[in-house]
Amino acid sequence: MKGGFPAAAKASLADSQLRRNLGHATSTIRAKRARVVSEVADWEALREAGREIKERTLRHLDVHLERLEEAVTRAGGTVHWARDGAEACAVVAQVARAHGSEEVIKVKSLASDEIGLNEALERAGVHAVETDLAELIIQLGDHDSQSHILVPAIHRNRAEIAQLFRRTLGVEVSDEPSELTAAARAYLREKFLTVKVGVSGANFAVAETGHVVVVESEGNGRMCTTLPEALVSVVGIEKVLPRFADLAVMLQLLPRSSTAERMNPYTSIWSGVSEGDGPREFHLVLLDGGRTDVLADEIGRAALRCIRCSACLNVCPVYERTGGHAYESIYPGPIGAILTPQLRGLDQAPTLPWASSLCGACYEVCPVKIDIPSILVHLRGRVVRETGAEGLGERAAMGAMARVFASRRAYEAAQRMAKLGRGPLAGAALRPWTRSRELPAVPAQTFREWWKERSR
Amino acid sequence: MRASLFITCLADTLFPQTGQATVAVLERLGVQVDFPVEQTCCGQMHANTGYGHEVLGLVRRFVRVFGDAEVVVTPSGSCAAMVREGYERMAAEAGDEALASQVRALAPRVLELSELLVRRMGIEDVGASFHHRVTYHPTCHSLRLLKVGDAPVRLLRCVRGIDLVELPEAEQCCGFGGTFAVKNADTSTAMLTDKLRRILDTGADVCTAADSSCLMHIGGGLQRSRAGVRVMHLAEILASEDA
Repeated sequence: MKGGFPAAAKASLADSQLRRNLGHATSTIRAKRARVVSEVADWEALREAGREIKERTLRHLDVHLERLEEAVTRAGGTVHWARDGAEACAVVAQVARAHGSEEVIKVKSLASDEIGLNEALERAGVHAVETDLAELIIQLGDHDSQSHILVPAIHRNRAEIAQLFRRTLGVEVSDEPSELTAAARAYLREKFLTVKVGVSGANFAVAETGHVVVVESEGNGRMCTTLPEALVSVVGIEKVLPRFADLAVMLQLLPRSSTAERMNPYTSIWSGVSEGDGPREFHLVLLDGGRTDVLADEIGRAALRCIRCSACLNVCPVYERTGGHAYESIYPGPIGAILTPQLRGLDQAPTLPWASSLCGACYEVCPVKIDIPSILVHLRGRVVRETGAEGLGERAAMGAMARVFASRRAYEAAQRMAKLGRGPLAGAALRPWTRSRELPAVPAQTFREWWKERSR
Repeated sequence: MRASLFITCLADTLFPQTGQATVAVLERLGVQVDFPVEQTCCGQMHANTGYGHEVLGLVRRFVRVFGDAEVVVTPSGSCAAMVREGYERMAAEAGDEALASQVRALAPRVLELSELLVRRMGIEDVGASFHHRVTYHPTCHSLRLLKVGDAPVRLLRCVRGIDLVELPEAEQCCGFGGTFAVKNADTSTAMLTDKLRRILDTGADVCTAADSSCLMHIGGGLQRSRAGVRVMHLAEILASEDA
């Protein structure tokens, strides 16, 4: 949307149903997360371990990726290196074609959404069937799109979903969750049993052993990764972990941070192919898609530690009110505000680093300790220095104020001017402020004038 | 103890009563307060808006003005956090290692008012009286960057005559966020509206906090809606005494 986040947010803020759905969903999951995290005595040590593993891995990413390739190949899989989304999509389309399949079944995968896989496959004559319940809801809706990393249909309530199912699946359902899931299950079961190619992402990929890990709640992921003839996993290069033992840390951090569960219902771990068990073909597509560029930024690169838990979305006071669509990216919320501009290029999303009040709630809950507020500030600086997005008016005002604060005499002169409603320290230019808030009156005497008078 | 007052440009220019109250409380407790007049602004607004590279001079100024202080005290959690958490990073990003080490030496001596009183001086009862219903909003930077914890609440609990009521969802941001309040005015206002609703639900006649900036935001909203509830800085309540 033209106008970026502020304009898109304004539209979302006006949607009272959305505000209600989001407020309810985020406050529920916030409370649940706080409860299950408080059960873990060494949570802070776990976070620190998670941070350390990810940081160390990113430092030698090339080495770990090559080890991963070796291990997967040894286990009978095929590894593809994709520079960008187009290359990754082409691999998936090619596998589908090789199996004569006009459909693929998909496990919920952010990487695939990031690169527009479904649309690319559609253009190649292959229909991707989303099998995660919320993803299915999004796919069935007209022009709907994901608004949360983990709960992509968080902006919909069950009454809206029942209506959607009646209309698109032609089934008679009430808005009881059990009826809704039964309807989805009946539709999906047939797909699981007939479609020949499965597509997934991965939460983790282990360099040491070649294991790929998918963490999920509904069992659809287990179906997609075991039933088809061929499986393609599209995985961002930052998902690699050096050792199998590293999973011991990550699989504790992720469920409590994401679904607020002690343990997630399904964890699928496989390596390559096994004779007589599961897919006969396994392809691992390692996606760069801008990640190498992110690595080049010493401060911004910490965003690549993200394990996509979405805890930062659920605690963010901005996200809670605007919802995910305002971020215009598959990665919304605080993590999206630092990830999207880095993956796409700062000039493609220059307003996102400002989509935060820097309250710091995100950093507090991040299981791998990404200091999101500091990265936001860093990216704001880069936007100002490297793009023209912030406009000349702001630059001039900031420059004038910097000069005022650079000298005591200029500062005291500006304070005197402010009493007359003029100069760089007067609030006259703050129209967006005064639309909803009063500005304080400028008092007759500044503090320093009072101090001087008193000291006489 | 001798404390150098870092007033902040906002309180200096717009909320002098907060500075006066800070001086009154400290002097009542026997602290010798001085006010280095060469101070201006800590540079947080520039830094957080992406113009940090233009105000490295303010980091140097702060170190020059306050470098020799025994303790620097400020009635702002946010500005204290800027110095303690932000300055070293700014100096490092500018590649000025000498400045970074000066900042490291000074930062631990920069304290927000409630930190100085409760954590450093070990005082909770400052001898104040205030006969009103009050609710306390923990500002984000005092809470999450400085980690002042319950220091402000401990001080408030000891105030004679006060009816201190808890603010529901107190730890949610009020939506100020510096230039966020202007650049994302709609989102900021939505956050503010929810904060105001919770403040009004408490039935308090005063909302207090340890930051003039957040109070300017909350107060600006209360005033616009003619709510009949006022904001007062923590220092002003602590300075209040029975006549």
